[in-house]
Amino acid sequence: MDALSQIFTLSLLTQTVRISVPYALAALGATISELGGVVNIGIEGIILTGAFCSVLGNYYSGNPWVGIAAGVAGGVAVALIHAVVSIKFRANQIISGLAINILAVGATKFFLKFFFHSSSNSGRISAFSKWDIPLISKIPLFGDLLSNPLILLAIFLVAAAYVFVYKTVFGLRLRAVGENPECADTLGINVFLTRYAAVLISGALAALGGVWLAYDQHQFTDGMSGGRGYIALTAMIFGKWNPLLAALAALFFGFAEAAQIQLQTMGLDIPVQFIQMIPYLLTIIVLAGTFSKAASPSADGVPYEKE
Amino acid sequence: MADKHFRFFLIQIGAVLLSILAAFAVGAALMLLIKVNPLEVYWKLFEGVLLNPYGIAQTIFKATPLIMTGLAIALGFKAGIFNIGAEGQMIVGGFFCAYAGFSLHGLPPALHIVICAAAAFAGGLAWAAIPAVLRVKTGAHEVITTIMMNFIALALTNYFITYYFHLPETVHTQLIAPAAGLARMDSFVHAFRGSPANMAFFIALALSACVWWALWKTPYGYETRAVGLSPFAAETAGINIKKNLLFTFLLSGGLSGLAAMNFIMGYKHYFEEGFSQGSGFMGIAVALVGQNHPIGIILAAFLFGALSHGTLVINALVPKDIIQILQALVIIFVISSNLAVRKFYSAVDSTPKAGQAKVKDQDGK
Repeated sequence: MDALSQIFTLSLLTQTVRISVPYALAALGATISELGGVVNIGIEGIILTGAFCSVLGNYYSGNPWVGIAAGVAGGVAVALIHAVVSIKFRANQIISGLAINILAVGATKFFLKFFFHSSSNSGRISAFSKWDIPLISKIPLFGDLLSNPLILLAIFLVAAAYVFVYKTVFGLRLRAVGENPECADTLGINVFLTRYAAVLISGALAALGGVWLAYDQHQFTDGMSGGRGYIALTAMIFGKWNPLLAALAALFFGFAEAAQIQLQTMGLDIPVQFIQMIPYLLTIIVLAGTFSKAASPSADGVPYEKE
Repeated sequence: MADKHFRFFLIQIGAVLLSILAAFAVGAALMLLIKVNPLEVYWKLFEGVLLNPYGIAQTIFKATPLIMTGLAIALGFKAGIFNIGAEGQMIVGGFFCAYAGFSLHGLPPALHIVICAAAAFAGGLAWAAIPAVLRVKTGAHEVITTIMMNFIALALTNYFITYYFHLPETVHTQLIAPAAGLARMDSFVHAFRGSPANMAFFIALALSACVWWALWKTPYGYETRAVGLSPFAAETAGINIKKNLLFTFLLSGGLSGLAAMNFIMGYKHYFEEGFSQGSGFMGIAVALVGQNHPIGIILAAFLFGALSHGTLVINALVPKDIIQILQALVIIFVISSNLAVRKFYSAVDSTPKAGQAKVKDQDGK
């Protein structure tokens, strides 16, 4: 019991949140895109682009909010490529996503050298000053964590995504388009427009995950997305394409990583490689079972062709 | 019939060439954006890669694993399997290959080379087995499972290297026995001196011929293509789909594993993390641009191999990452052109022809 109380410390909590936020934001994005019927493996590249553009915006304006806007704009621009290729040209969405990930790695390095004359990292950027929100900042343990506007934004977005998907007209249309586009079309829903919206929203959300990474480290570093987009996809599958459950899965994966770091400082060395494998192994196990098949949208990954 | 196929083939080739051109045009625009002269860069690329023997040798070296992973992925595509796991299969194949290379000693070269190649094949096959069985038994989609297997392969080999097999003070394994090494081309072509291009290239060419033969000249190939075109029709025709899928998936994994030979048996003679250099992913692009045909794959592997070597050639003029951008753009343009190719073809095809009138006649009767 003593060991247990040593593990569950404030730093574990902070670490868990720090690691989980980008997973959760990108998982929300992936979920919304796939609910609309477009598989978005390009999430990884969008995170990277979002991180880079936010640093660029922040660095040259000196204003963190401008950075966020720039990051989101960059992510949406990359998502637009994926949307046009998959929706307009009805190309293979998996290959498009992989190509976008390659493109993002190449393009961010290319412009990193142009703007910052470095092949490894950007200049340092200013971060948010802490928000002193009455009451919230006084909450024990969580107060400090919650004075970060990005965390508040992330929590808000998780709730908003859930409400959006299940409680709004657009959410209903989104799911209809992902389940049965022909039927949705007959009912007068614009399948193409809905899918474009879904992919662009996923781009904005994943880009925010990238903004978080960059702001957390106060700079852009080469390849800083580090496979997080793929973890986000596993969180989406593990969360059965439900935004709330996907965010919880992201929190769980973040917790496992944080716990590994914590245990290491206590001298209990679980090889980090095994912790890294957890999301992937769980996803394979989940996919091997039958229950996830019913959960994925029926028209997921199938281009829609109007008769 | 043959004429029709040939016309479709020409349209496809035309679309691929246009896509490559479009990618280079966008690349040129990016270079202009950062005030670099694209003509100078493209000339340097051409000169450095194709106009000197060392560049050609390097292109051969870089193209070799891409031919193998390209074949692996194309074989899968033919049966309707999307094997994104070539990267992981190549990594595990490489690990097996190196292990067979450094743990055995005193074997005659021919035998040791065969053993190492078999180990690479077995490693790739084993890593494909899990997603293959899942696909056949539970219907779990291989796109996701193979991506997951890629990450598990990375983590697992990293664990084994870090904790058990690394040579002290290094991050790679010990060297494989000299008997397991493949001869380098520069040992008999002097002009290739300094390039690690090796015999694996000829193995890749032989494999291309084998895949062509298997797909178009054997009952297995006929069945595989039938399964890929229409699983339902294939099943009705009495083809055992599950058996075919499983076999093709495993074969695809084995081919991906073989791709590790080029680096491990032909170049560095050890396993290290990152040796695959994304060949598994680039293989998808190679299969795509090569239109899943062995000859197309060899040509596409040369294109991507040449670009890959080109990074070093143009580095002084422009950030070398422009090459990666070009590679991604080629993929994006090729997949985007597929729809136009189909539309164009059906437009050409729908002009009334004697053959079609005949079919209608039969229907009328």
